[in-house]
Amino acid sequence: MKITKVEALANIANEIRMGAIEQVYEAQSGHPGGALSCSDILAVLYFNQMNIDPKQPNSPARDRFILSKGHCSPALYATLAKKGYFEKTELKGFRKVESNLQGHPDMNKVPGVDMTTGSLGQGLSAAVGMAIGSKMDSAGCRVYCLVGDGEIEEGQIWEAAMIASKNKLDNLCVIVDHNGLQIDGTVEEVAGLVDIKEKFESFGFYTIEIDGHDIEEIIQAFQAARQEKGRPTAIIANTIKGKGVSFMEGKAQWHGKAPNKEEYEEAINELKLQQIIG
Amino acid sequence: MKEEKKIATRQSYGEALAKLGEKNNDIVVLDADLSSATKTNIFAEKFPDRFINVGIAEQNLMGTAAGLAAYGKIPFVSTFAVFATGRAYDQIRNSICYPKLNVKICATHAGLTVGEDGATHQMLEDLSLMRTLPNMTVISPSDDTQTRWAIEEASKIEGPVYVRLARMATPVIYDENQTFEIGKMVQLGNGTDATVFATGVAVAESLKAQEELEKEGINIRVIDVHTIKPIDKEMIIKCAKETKKILTIEDHSIIGGLGSTICEVLSEEYPTKVVRMGMKDKFGKSGKAEQLLKYFKIDSEAIIEEIKKN
Repeated sequence: MKITKVEALANIANEIRMGAIEQVYEAQSGHPGGALSCSDILAVLYFNQMNIDPKQPNSPARDRFILSKGHCSPALYATLAKKGYFEKTELKGFRKVESNLQGHPDMNKVPGVDMTTGSLGQGLSAAVGMAIGSKMDSAGCRVYCLVGDGEIEEGQIWEAAMIASKNKLDNLCVIVDHNGLQIDGTVEEVAGLVDIKEKFESFGFYTIEIDGHDIEEIIQAFQAARQEKGRPTAIIANTIKGKGVSFMEGKAQWHGKAPNKEEYEEAINELKLQQIIG
Repeated sequence: MKEEKKIATRQSYGEALAKLGEKNNDIVVLDADLSSATKTNIFAEKFPDRFINVGIAEQNLMGTAAGLAAYGKIPFVSTFAVFATGRAYDQIRNSICYPKLNVKICATHAGLTVGEDGATHQMLEDLSLMRTLPNMTVISPSDDTQTRWAIEEASKIEGPVYVRLARMATPVIYDENQTFEIGKMVQLGNGTDATVFATGVAVAESLKAQEELEKEGINIRVIDVHTIKPIDKEMIIKCAKETKKILTIEDHSIIGGLGSTICEVLSEEYPTKVVRMGMKDKFGKSGKAEQLLKYFKIDSEAIIEEIKKN
């Protein structure tokens, strides 16, 4: 069922954030910062955009999503549980030895995960392969790939971008979660990475820059990507690492750190207050 | 051995692949700007819509193949062994083997026998790298007939397969009707003076040595190890019990490849002295393929010398 109300989608994004924080807290391990920055994008993709059916997670005609920045798995797992791919209670097992919810997504263990990821820079190549496969069969699948801005420092991303463009993969949409931060600092400081939009443009992509926390802008960008023919799309989503939890926002140290009990409670309380009642 | 005919296993691969493409529409082929050398160009000419050239970009080559497999295709991927397994090791590990995706990596120009290009292009560690990966099947065919079988067989296995192919033309060893089985070595001869476990281009060299030694009354058996993983433990133990000496020979490092595999089995199951022939912790050099095999003692003469030693 497609959800169109902006408030409803914003609430789902907020629930994804709470689910992600709970998982990282329960596991006392994981990556909250980047999970919070991509939650709005995931909410729009899974509840407004993608042609998917949780009852048939392997249907050949489905749209595909690849979380190339696999360490943000808590956001993906919360999204999939909310969508009904598996029980929400399973989220408590995140990163634990008896659970299927691995630190990084495993397509053979978790229904709804379309590609195993974790080693940065590899997801876009897999997305290119899926988009080519769909084109060969005229299957009409759209393939979405979420990459981190730090992640695109990997050379393989640009190898894949080149081939996506050469093969005119207009069924492929890359979303760059541009939160500006990576483990050792800002992406500009660490690797001199600037002008992301221009880079994708020069590789032959149709590019759109948006506020990655504005639900309406996200929907519009995906709609524009659908309309674009003959070339792939890159959406540069400007986001805030740790979005929604004030003490995590814009802080690189929350890239891969679990909150303690007080921090967890504060985070959940803050997120609860952001839930829109209507 | 029918010595009159020589063919490189990369050529056999290219022809077998094009044939396979006729039978199965799900077969897609990827290459990284080496299709005329890896012989995937035969497939490309026949099925241009199912051929993807990704340019000189091996990491994306493997990743794109993984995506095609996840989508439901059966991708065959080719480039030189050094780039396939070295440059794109992490992609093979994390995007192909861990998710057990149905990708067939058919790497050509393996070993010293690349020849004149020299050390940078002579992959001597690929068997070692590929066989340590869980879910991977590793095939190293010795001639034309076996390569054609290996390609057909690889398409039937559900999961990743690595096939090691050579640039140099080598003798056709088997009749075209010969049958093989994954994980079952082929015993050539019944000699009990020594067993030579060989793989790839080293099989023909071993058979040459067998013929020469026979003239002198020394009878050896040659075991063609076309599947490195899964390994045929039974045959290894049987030969260790039945013959006086055990040798291994490969156009590959003696560390981690065929020699190591045989030693691992014997040390656990039937402790036996093993002489490992191959590249001894060295890089190769430029030269003609045959000259290099002689120079680095991976040829029939070196086998004869080793067997005559006490």
